[in-house]
Amino acid sequence: MSGRGASRWGTVAWAVGAWAAGLFFFFPVLWMVLTGFKREVDAASNPPTWTFTPVLDGYRQVFDRDITPYLLNSLTASLVSTALVLLLATPAAYALSLRPVGKWRDVLFFFISTKMLPAVAALLPIYLLVRELGMLDNIWTMVVLYTSMNLPLAVWMMRSFLLEVPPALIEAAAVDGAGLGTTIRKVLLPLVAPGLAATALICFIFSWNEFFFAVNLTATNAGTSPIFLVGFISSEGLFLARLCAAATLVSLPVVLAGWFAQKQLVRGLSMGAVK
Amino acid sequence: MTQTIRPAPAPARKKPPAPPARGGARERLIRRAPLLPALVFAIVVTQIPFLVTIYLSTLSWNALRPGERDFVGLANYADVLTDDRLRAALVNTVVLTAGAVVLSVLLGLGLAVLLDRRFPGRGVVRTLLITPFLVMPMAAALLWKHAFYNPAYGLVNGVLGGSTDWVSSYPMASVVATLVWQWSPFMMLIILAGLQSQSQETVEAARVDGAGPWQVFTRLTLPHLRPYLELGALLGSIYLVQTFDAVFTITQGGPGTATTNLPYEIYLTTFRKFEYGEAAAAGVVVVIGTIIVATFALRVISGLFRMEDHR
Repeated sequence: MSGRGASRWGTVAWAVGAWAAGLFFFFPVLWMVLTGFKREVDAASNPPTWTFTPVLDGYRQVFDRDITPYLLNSLTASLVSTALVLLLATPAAYALSLRPVGKWRDVLFFFISTKMLPAVAALLPIYLLVRELGMLDNIWTMVVLYTSMNLPLAVWMMRSFLLEVPPALIEAAAVDGAGLGTTIRKVLLPLVAPGLAATALICFIFSWNEFFFAVNLTATNAGTSPIFLVGFISSEGLFLARLCAAATLVSLPVVLAGWFAQKQLVRGLSMGAVK
Repeated sequence: MTQTIRPAPAPARKKPPAPPARGGARERLIRRAPLLPALVFAIVVTQIPFLVTIYLSTLSWNALRPGERDFVGLANYADVLTDDRLRAALVNTVVLTAGAVVLSVLLGLGLAVLLDRRFPGRGVVRTLLITPFLVMPMAAALLWKHAFYNPAYGLVNGVLGGSTDWVSSYPMASVVATLVWQWSPFMMLIILAGLQSQSQETVEAARVDGAGPWQVFTRLTLPHLRPYLELGALLGSIYLVQTFDAVFTITQGGPGTATTNLPYEIYLTTFRKFEYGEAAAAGVVVVIGTIIVATFALRVISGLFRMEDHR
């Protein structure tokens, strides 16, 4: 660490180590993507093959097996529930931060405590209720459940973004004669727009990837993307290339979204506790 | 009622909203109104089902024997607490959660330390590292089960040689390894944020005073990271204790009950054995256990709140 030369070599070693770690963790994803472009014979070869002619057979078969309705169900459930979550959570976060109601700490803890209750403890009554209502295998049931699943997280996140709005700005707007509505539209919303986007992203990710409620409450009509994958669980007659093509396809939206919004992701996932 | 007297929304601007609420009933209502939709929704969708679970847990109710639905008091709880399968599931849940959380926090710490220093391509490496966390858990579980653990053409045997059936031979390790691969990047992100909030001046000062890198790390960095490590472990526990996808896909709880955790066991009781009463009682027991753990967890979050106050 003494001379310049030593520290440059240190940096090189450091870079090599970090790149090795990164590639090691990324490798399974790379392997999944590569295998999706293999022929089934190449995919199941022993020892595994590194050289192959890429084909689109796997993807073609995934669409032949009709993955499209599952993707559309996922899209509906994720987008609609995300919109609902934002509509419910943003005003609530406002009431818990800038103009705090009494006992705001208790309310905030109540929200997060619902996240700590294992979903499995509520599954049976939800299943029975949904069955009574004739809403089994219905995508709107999933919308409601995903909304409640993401609401606590969104309240915490939005609160942390709202807390960063300088109170002076709101006071200034009030002095200038802006009403509450105008203040929210002209001052608050533009400031918290990045926060809204980050919150939406997190809610979308969790809804898109959700499996537990989906597997118990949906079937053919309202099945979401992970339910499409369930067909690959049994190892009899497994087609590895097709499986990897399907797995790549359903993971792609969230992976892309996550790559683009890495910084906001941290804050969202830690409920705003970490900036 | 007071709302009818109110002429127009205009008077809102008379006073700035800064000082905490003291005013009348109407003022309190206005303050609470934005909160109510979310609060009511959360109560209806999460608390009412749980109350129903408590009610169901007092019934002897197997869906395969319709018509029989008798009140049996706490009998289901006695069954649950003496049931070998559930005790196994409890132990498996603790092993699985603790194993995955501890390993992914340690790995995440290592990765975060690597990424805290500048080097060419740091952004790319970070992107590579977070990808496992973004892959759909169901897809990840299938990928590991078939492309990696498969005894005939899986990549683990392909690299190490041999013909080990990893999932049957090391079921718990197979599940935990998959979860650690998915969750280490998450821990890395949180811990990295902690590292980057550390004051470089303090570190420099310590170096000038003759502290070596290891001393700086253990005496300064680790204590500074403590709340971040706690937060990572807490959030990881909240999610990992509910692990279902990986168990459902990779081992189906087996062999025997080797990897059956509580969520999977309750799922089996409900949807394979149709023992609704017993499943409900098991659910309540899980919630009580969670509350005990969560009380501790909330104290951690309160600690984070104090950080916020001091900022």
